[in-house]
Formats: sequence, C-alpha cells, structure tokens
Amino acid sequence: MDKPLNQGGKPFEEDLSHWLVRARGVTKSFGEGDTKIPVLKGVDLDVARGEILLLVGPSGSGKTTLLSVIAGILDSDDGDVRILGKTIQNLSPSEKTCFRRDHLGFIFQQYNLLSPLTAMENVAVPLFIRGLAKKEAFGRAEEVLVNMGMAERLKALPTKLSGGEQQRVAIARALVGDPQLLLCDEPTASLDGETGHRVVQTLCDVGKHPDRAVIIVTHDSRIFEFGDRIVHMNDGRVDQIQHS
Amino acid sequence: MNFVALKMLFGDRAKYLMLLAGLTFSTMLILQQGSIFWGLMTWTQSGITNVNAPVWVTDPNINQVEEIKPLAETTVNVVRSVPGVEWAVPLYKGVQRARLRDGNYEQIALIGIDSSTLIGRPVTVLEGNIEELRSPEAVAVDQTGVERLGGPEKIKVGTMFAINDHRVRIVALVYAQKSFQNFPFVYTTYKRALEITPPERRKLSYVLAGPVDGVSPEELARRIHEQTGLGAYTEEQFGWKTVMWMLKNTGIGVNFGTTVLLGFIVGMAISGQTFYLFTIENLRQFGALKAIGASTGMLARMILLQSFTVGMIGYGMGVGLATMFGLLASGGALPFKETWPLLGGVGVALLMICSVSSAIISQA
Repeated sequence: MDKPLNQGGKPFEEDLSHWLVRARGVTKSFGEGDTKIPVLKGVDLDVARGEILLLVGPSGSGKTTLLSVIAGILDSDDGDVRILGKTIQNLSPSEKTCFRRDHLGFIFQQYNLLSPLTAMENVAVPLFIRGLAKKEAFGRAEEVLVNMGMAERLKALPTKLSGGEQQRVAIARALVGDPQLLLCDEPTASLDGETGHRVVQTLCDVGKHPDRAVIIVTHDSRIFEFGDRIVHMNDGRVDQIQHS
Repeated sequence: MNFVALKMLFGDRAKYLMLLAGLTFSTMLILQQGSIFWGLMTWTQSGITNVNAPVWVTDPNINQVEEIKPLAETTVNVVRSVPGVEWAVPLYKGVQRARLRDGNYEQIALIGIDSSTLIGRPVTVLEGNIEELRSPEAVAVDQTGVERLGGPEKIKVGTMFAINDHRVRIVALVYAQKSFQNFPFVYTTYKRALEITPPERRKLSYVLAGPVDGVSPEELARRIHEQTGLGAYTEEQFGWKTVMWMLKNTGIGVNFGTTVLLGFIVGMAISGQTFYLFTIENLRQFGALKAIGASTGMLARMILLQSFTVGMIGYGMGVGLATMFGLLASGGALPFKETWPLLGGVGVALLMICSVSSAIISQA
C-alpha cells in the first residue's frame, strides 16, 4: 500500500527496541552564497530493526547524501539523526569514527576493496581497525567468507575475482564486525542482473536479523522485491513510502 | 594496521618501484654532490692533514695553509720556550720544479721535515724505508708523484731525478692525500729542502709543536699565540681556516654550494612529489578505510609508515649507488668523501620530506 509522506519534523517517540534509525527534518546543502545547492530539504526517515529498506529515486535526489549523513560521514545543516538512540550530530569526529567502526557496516558501489590485499585480508581490515590480532582477525574473516560461499577464494586478490565475488567480499567485510546497521550504496550498479540479484539475496539473508537493519540506496528496480519498504526520494525530500 | 599499510605500499609494484626510483635518485643526487663537495674541501686541507701535527705555528697574518709566509729561523726556539711545549720542529713547504729524465719539468710540493724526529712524515709507506730520508740526496714521493713523474715503471725506489738542478734519489714511495692544486708531494729533510731551494732570507714555512701531557692542543695554541704573537692553530682549526678561506675567496663555495643546494632541492622535490602522487592515487582506498571506521590518526600513521619505509629503502639504495660511484671515482681524479654527518644529514632531510608530505596528504 502506498502512503503519501511528509512527516515534517514530528517529535521522536523513543522506542529503541523497535527503531534503529530515526531521522527528522534533515537538511543538507553544498556550496555557499549564489552557488549553494540544497540537496536534502527536511527529510524524515525511520528504519526498524530487522528491516530492509530501499532508498530509491532519480540521480541528484539526495539518496547518497542522506546515507552519508546517517553514517556521520557528512554533517547535516539542520535536523536530527539518531541511531541506536545516539544523536549523530552531537558526536565529535573521533566519536563518529568509533561509532561507525563499532555499529555500522558499509558496502560501496565500486566495492572499494584494497587491491594488494587478498579476499581474506580485505575482510579482516575492519577487525584490524578494532585492534584485533592478525590470527584472530583472519580466523573470523575466514569464517564469514566461508559462510558466504567463498571458501575457495580466500587467498585470491580482488583483480582475480568476478564482480559478484568482489561484492560478496565487500559484504563479508561489512559484516565481519557484526554491525547493527548495514549501509549499501548502489551495491548492484556494477553487476549484471543475475549476479546483482544473487548479491542482494545474500544481503537480505544476512540482513534479516532481529537486531540489524539494512539501508540500500539503489536505482535498480529489479531488486525492489527484496525491500520491506521502499522509500522514494525526489528533489531532496521523501516523496513516497511503499510497503511490500 | 601496519600490515595493511605495508601491503598497500608493496602490493602495487609499479607505483612502488616508481616511488623507490624517485627516492633513490634523490638520495644519490644529494649524496654524490655533497660528497664531491666535501672531498674537494678535504683536498684543500691535505697540506695539513698529511703532516699530522697537533699545533701549527704560522705567521700571524696567514689565511690558509698554501699561503706560506716564511718565519725567522729563530721562531723554532721561541716556540720551544713557551710553557707546555714538549717539542717544536721546523717544516719547509713550497712549490718547486722537478726535472725528469726525459727533460720535462713537473711542479711538485716539496715538504722538508725535521731530520732527527721525522715529525710530519707520511703515515703510509708503500715501498722503501722512510727512515732513509736521513741519507744523502734522499726523497720520498707520493702516489701522485709516481704517476706524474713517469709512472710506476720509471718511478720506483732508487730512481734519481733533479729538483732545481739538485740530484735526488727516491728512498720510499708513500701515500698522501691529494692536494687541491694536485701537485705531487715530495718529502725530504728540512735541511736538504733548504739546500735545494733557491736562496731566500727566510725559508722556515711553519713550526710544528706538540704539547706536554695534561695540556690540550687548543690550550697550547692559545699559549703560543698569547706569548709570541704568532699565529698558532690546532690541526682542526687550521683546516677550517683553510676551508673557510677557500669557500670565501675561490668561488667554490658559491658554485659548488649552488649545485649541492640545487641537488638537494630537486631531490627533495622529486621525493615529495612522487610520494604525494602515490598517496593521492590511493586516496579512494583511504576514503574507504575512513568510512569503515579508521580514524584520521590511524590513516596518518599508515601514511607515515609507508613514507618512512619507502624513504629508508630509497635512502639505503641511494647511499649504495652513491658509494659505488665514489669507489669507482676514488681511483681517478675526482674528489669524493662520504662522511657520517653528510649521510646523517641526507637521511634526516629525507625523513623530513617524508614527514612533511605525509602531513600534507593526511590533511587532505
């Protein structure tokens, strides 16, 4: 059922057991003076635990910017973003980094794997960032990769992996730290239809966890069927929310 | 994350080799130029270092070792009378003409040393017996002399030639540090040097002195200067005085200093730029690391580790190549002196440029 949307800065109803992300009246502009371009114009968005939410819309509608604001990579000009009850804007840059490290997982359109590192080493990187010893980090990385059907490709360099395999390594890297929120920016954009379908299926399998939520920014209508909700953005605003 | 930083550095072999080549070339350029410069400066002091005396007593207005202003013969005794002097001996130093068997003339630096003590004699004797300098007509010739006066086939122990029409006989072949003018050194006794050089009112070039136990060369030089009014310098002080005079009055300082400075600037610019480009090309990967939770400090440490690692490897290779060049050149006519301060200075400069470029990149 389609539901028109303009929540326009409604106050939070704190229910941490249900909502993992709550955003209210988020605005963000780039540039200054005459060249200032508003990209987000008061976005409200809630993401529940266990939910797979697709953020869709035309290029320039603000999807990736919203994802970056939620991740704390970009600061919003105004509004409020709470993840796991924490207001992101109130965190210092180093606190944001720690928050990302401990609670968020990232999957990029171009995978962004480190080319000189093997699949297993790439997956272990978030654990190195957390200060884990090599042996333990590699053990956990191997476990996650094996669970994703990559047991035969542990020692392969990214250049020797297919697009689908690279994206699975990227997903494993995002999951190895057991994040509560998984943020995916166009994860299927560089993949053919069948591979993209398989990758999103993998994402949904791991995302369907009562303590985890997945936000997927996408243009790809072929994967709409996987979302619990599809949030349509247009011109910096949430235009429509579609429930499956 | 050190493991990840190093794998990122070594993993992209083409970029790594390009970076390494830049740093190696820079180090080699700076070190090679610096070593030649310092080698040249060493040559200017060879008149002092070859003699190896603790204190040099000179005319009060002397500027450098090759600018000889003769002293009165009595100066030796005047110096001996200064408290703290254990010994004082005369030294003759002057450029003379040697006539070869084939009739050609060659300029030589004649050194006349005290016959009883042989103080001022060369340290390394390659062939013959330096003690035989005390025998009639005896001289010792250095390796440059062997080469200039006819080569090893003609110039050996027992060979005779003439200095200012006085017959002399080679009793020893010695090694001496080359001089800036590149004249061969010919050693004889002070008395014989006076006999075979043209008549002059004064012929004593320098007085060499040594301190008694408990008195430092610096203290002795100070005492001699205060009590006699003569110039008195330790070996090191006289060496620096000579170097400074050369730098100021010959244009070597400006010309060579400019070359060394340009080598330094070009080398450092290449190092900095190459490393900057290397990191900029990895910026997307560093961005991904930041997004998945690496702090700015952690990324800065990774960049620093990469720059120091490649910097040290490039430094080692550059030093190796410059040293090889030096070893090949040391047998020839090129001055080359690689000193610890120079090696340290280039190392520190390289680390500095690595740190600065890392800091700039980390800010970006």
